[in-house]
Amino acid sequence: MKKRSIVPYGPQHPVLPEPIHLDLVIEDEKIVEAIPSVGFIHRGLENLVQKRDFNQMAYVAERVCGICSFGHGFGYCEAIEDIMDIEVPDRAKYLRTIWFELSRMHSHFLWLGLLADGFGFENLFYQCWRIREKILDVLELTTGGRVIFSVNKVGGVMKDITPEMAGAILDMLASVKKELKAIVPAFTQDYSVKSRLVGVGVLTKQQAHDLGCAGPFARASGIQTDMRKLGYAAYGDLDFDVITSNDGDSYARCVVRINEIFQSISIIEQAIEKMPDGELAAVVKGNPQGESFIRIEQPRGEAIYYVSANGSPHLDRMRVRTPTFANLAGLCETLKGADYADVGLLILTIDPCISCTER
Amino acid sequence: MAVMKFIPETLKNLFKAPVTTAYPFEPAEYPERSRGHISIEIDDCIGCGMCVRACPLGALKVDKNEGTWEINRFDCIVCGYCVEKCPKKCLSVQTGYQTPGGDKTSELFKKSEEALRAEAEKKAEAARKAAEAKAALEAKKKAEKTEA
Repeated sequence: MKKRSIVPYGPQHPVLPEPIHLDLVIEDEKIVEAIPSVGFIHRGLENLVQKRDFNQMAYVAERVCGICSFGHGFGYCEAIEDIMDIEVPDRAKYLRTIWFELSRMHSHFLWLGLLADGFGFENLFYQCWRIREKILDVLELTTGGRVIFSVNKVGGVMKDITPEMAGAILDMLASVKKELKAIVPAFTQDYSVKSRLVGVGVLTKQQAHDLGCAGPFARASGIQTDMRKLGYAAYGDLDFDVITSNDGDSYARCVVRINEIFQSISIIEQAIEKMPDGELAAVVKGNPQGESFIRIEQPRGEAIYYVSANGSPHLDRMRVRTPTFANLAGLCETLKGADYADVGLLILTIDPCISCTER
Repeated sequence: MAVMKFIPETLKNLFKAPVTTAYPFEPAEYPERSRGHISIEIDDCIGCGMCVRACPLGALKVDKNEGTWEINRFDCIVCGYCVEKCPKKCLSVQTGYQTPGGDKTSELFKKSEEALRAEAEKKAEAARKAAEAKAALEAKKKAEKTEA
């Protein structure tokens, strides 16, 4: 038997945007096993539901994570609305959809930049983040925040998108589409980039299914899973397909996410076109009683929100199952047999969001 | 073989102006809705404390008798829930972010002397009116008694 050694990887590592620790069992340069450990940035946000009232908690839930922030606030509000049988006005549903897709776009651009940084293409990294800045500008124009929007409340939304703002969004989408098309060949056709991505970290469809993977990571392995197809918010009225790939390697994950940006652009364009006039929020009376279970599609995959309420302003329990948590098992599987030099890149390909995972 | 697919973009970048602004030499521009900080029209404040109860962080303090409103800007997350809850609409979200600092200090707003005086006068007026009404009621009752 060859000599085995254990290399600690993280929580502080140049390639990791957030702290996660992996114990890598290696044999020569090949990974035999990866043992993850999380728990470096646990903040106890779920416990705050017992100390804050359910309206305040919408703001706390949103601050679970800085990148998927809108999704967390949205999922929490959906769960409370489900318990209290609140019918959200149609316009609010469309506004939520638009902001959700904008946040998905900026999250995917962030990921593309980090991926480029991961394989050492600094110029491409900055190009991605330059384009992302345009989306952030539009988000600040419409919501007042660049990554934390604070527009969701139980019953609807707090701010409207005026026709001028809708025009600004459409202009931004057109220019982002053009600029993304210019940099896509660097990701999909460049020889050096392909040599780092194609065939690296393959996860088969069966493995992805058995390990319960979620989001673009699972879709890149050929699993048709997209919670937006459940038709929450305005997704039921909009036309889009689930983007999948059958390769299951890092290249497929990159291509799936690039195509999802184009898909988000199309969804926002449809939503702005179809958005009806009307109220922004329904009136909320009384306190929630009961429990609810909501599944939504975050930029990183399926997130689950469980809320249990007891009829008082303070809830009993809130639980968030985040997509990164679901994907960690898949990550450890893809790491097996990989080169040590690819570990950083493979961790990036699941788009890890450790702040969400640990809350 | 597709090599150097990025060269055209790279060459373009050589001749483009920078996309960043030369902050702080050029001032930063914020859109109207930008959530920078919470501000208060302190003279309109009635000291009801709705904002204190609404704040998810507990960053606010109100003293009705002193006429003061205090905010710990380092705790405030500028969610805007206090603004939504304020019955007098004297709170608002303004552009311009909180400046960093070495100490966690809070900012105190105190009502102007005129506002305090006007409030005291209003109170005295209300007390005088109440006393008058009471006296009138008692006089009426006395008259009814003597009639009976």
